[in-house]
Amino acid sequence: MTDSATNSSTYGLMAEFDSAQELVAAAHKTHEAGYQKIDAYSPFPIEGLAEAIGFHKNSVPLVVLIGGLIGGISAYALQYWVAVITYPVNVGGRPFHSWPSFIIVTFELTILFGGLSAAVGMLVLNGLPMPYHPVFNVPEFAKASEDKFFLVVFSSDPNYDAARTRSFLTSLAPRMIAEVPS
Amino acid sequence: MAPNTQIPVADRRVPVIAPGHTFSTITEKISNIVLSRPVSLGWIFGFLIVFSMMNMLMMALGYLFIKGTGIWGINIPIGWGFAIVNFVWWIGIGHAGTLISAILCLLRQTWRNSINRFAEAMTLFAVACAGIFPLAHMGRPWLAYWMFPYPNTMRYWPNFRSPLVWDVFAVSTYFTISLVFWFVGLIPDFASLRDRAESTLVQRIYGLLAMGWRGSARHWHRYETAYLLLAGLATPLVLSVHTVVSFDFAVGIVPGWHTTIFPPYFVAGAIYSGFAMVLCLAIPIRAIYKLEDFITMRHLENAAKVMLATGLIVAYGYGMEAFMGWYSGNQFDSFLLWNRFHGPYQLAYAALLACNIFIPQVLWLKKFRVSTGWLWLISFIVLVGMWLERFIIVVVSLSRDFLTSSWGMYYPTKWDWMTFAGTIGMFLTAMWLFVRILPMISIFELRTLLPEAHVHEAAEVKQ
Repeated sequence: MTDSATNSSTYGLMAEFDSAQELVAAAHKTHEAGYQKIDAYSPFPIEGLAEAIGFHKNSVPLVVLIGGLIGGISAYALQYWVAVITYPVNVGGRPFHSWPSFIIVTFELTILFGGLSAAVGMLVLNGLPMPYHPVFNVPEFAKASEDKFFLVVFSSDPNYDAARTRSFLTSLAPRMIAEVPS
Repeated sequence: MAPNTQIPVADRRVPVIAPGHTFSTITEKISNIVLSRPVSLGWIFGFLIVFSMMNMLMMALGYLFIKGTGIWGINIPIGWGFAIVNFVWWIGIGHAGTLISAILCLLRQTWRNSINRFAEAMTLFAVACAGIFPLAHMGRPWLAYWMFPYPNTMRYWPNFRSPLVWDVFAVSTYFTISLVFWFVGLIPDFASLRDRAESTLVQRIYGLLAMGWRGSARHWHRYETAYLLLAGLATPLVLSVHTVVSFDFAVGIVPGWHTTIFPPYFVAGAIYSGFAMVLCLAIPIRAIYKLEDFITMRHLENAAKVMLATGLIVAYGYGMEAFMGWYSGNQFDSFLLWNRFHGPYQLAYAALLACNIFIPQVLWLKKFRVSTGWLWLISFIVLVGMWLERFIIVVVSLSRDFLTSSWGMYYPTKWDWMTFAGTIGMFLTAMWLFVRILPMISIFELRTLLPEAHVHEAAEVKQ
């Protein structure tokens, strides 16, 4: 019970690092130590960091594939319906279903829907827009968009224990450790 | 997955980022232009000039909407005058932005990172300028939405076999995807500006735009996937847009239009003029805002090389047009060739050959590629040349078609010139505002150019 009481007031513990290398190494160790609900924050994408916290595959490509297919199929279907069924125009006896001239609009709408799904899908899967987030409560976190690197162990992690997790993070030699209020 | 894995450390060429920079200095230098640099008198003076030019566009369009397209120099046989010339020219200029942001991203060209942001902005503004022309040319621009397929009480639908309808889809998709690509690229930089802003209002504005970006590893993972996919989608798109624009001509039967070389030749010409515009903008901007550390001579030289290469493709296009005029044995095609050299617009054609083919050949010499003054001048000449090319294609072809009875001349009126100059004003007004309110260089992508951003390589150095 006491555990859950602490959990509700703290969002997690945050450790700050000076370099991308230290962050990746720390993320690896934390993940290996059995912590599952962790996240790392950096001012630029770091190769291997997501893998270090156990995040290997994302579903953005699937969203884009579905979006692109919807765009392409609906574009072709619309053109077929307009040119053959609802508004057929006889131009010199040419077939109504003149598919080569439908390719361009099909292509463009595939790209349009695919591209929009990439952007919107990325934002939605990331849970953005989210103007408020507990990590912003730590003043040092402003540097996460400049030159500092952060690792957070969430209090919702089953292995989380305020004292033990703090001493574990200290063993990673961070610049500082801060409690993230929820 | 990371777009930048090659760092030119042991490279004898000029680096893509000057030595001595850290994550912090990059952030500071670029964001300070937006956040803390005072507005200079020069900026205000320049803004007044370009803003007045933009107002000239508003006047020209206002008068056009009252009077109709009769105020322009167009008439039968030349129904496509400046409006279409300028449309094709502006769309072409936009192409360099997407080429830099998408194609060079896929090709892992690290030098793109410092110029992609403002090249993409250039794309958006150029396409916005381009879009004005077909709308204004319609005569009844308030009915522009008729171009889109939507259920209506007239029970009418667009003709999907028409290249002009293809154009609507190509250009509107191009604008939308360019905007999305640009905005997605800006999100992490908005977060940087949000965290560095001094005033609450500024912080809130950038905070809203950043949408709560916090640089989480999971977010970056999805972000990079989405960015790469957008680049992959934008690459065929950029090649398709000018192809579709060229279909507006190539599908017609007018001599000088009806040729299969148009799509690749238009795309090459678009990239040619686009890089010229990039150089025309980058050279003054890097000097004024002291960005020589980030936009180095390497960038300018590479852009010059791209210009030289695409210019040669364009020259091949001209050569092939001339060759086909002779080889086809078609009297109209061979007359077209004769008419270009000896007809009433011969001066324009001579200027075109000089601007697009002969003068840019000096770029073979390194001396001209590394001199900002020369490079700016040559880029400007190329922009003029590419405008002339569109003029030759649109106007000269229409002025002399199959029947001598339907020959005619085109003389632009002052309203034509005012509209054209006005869109240049609108483009520059947008650029003027852009450099002061948005980070003109991608901050987070520049950070990835530093060696310490690369975990594996830095670890190897330590050992």
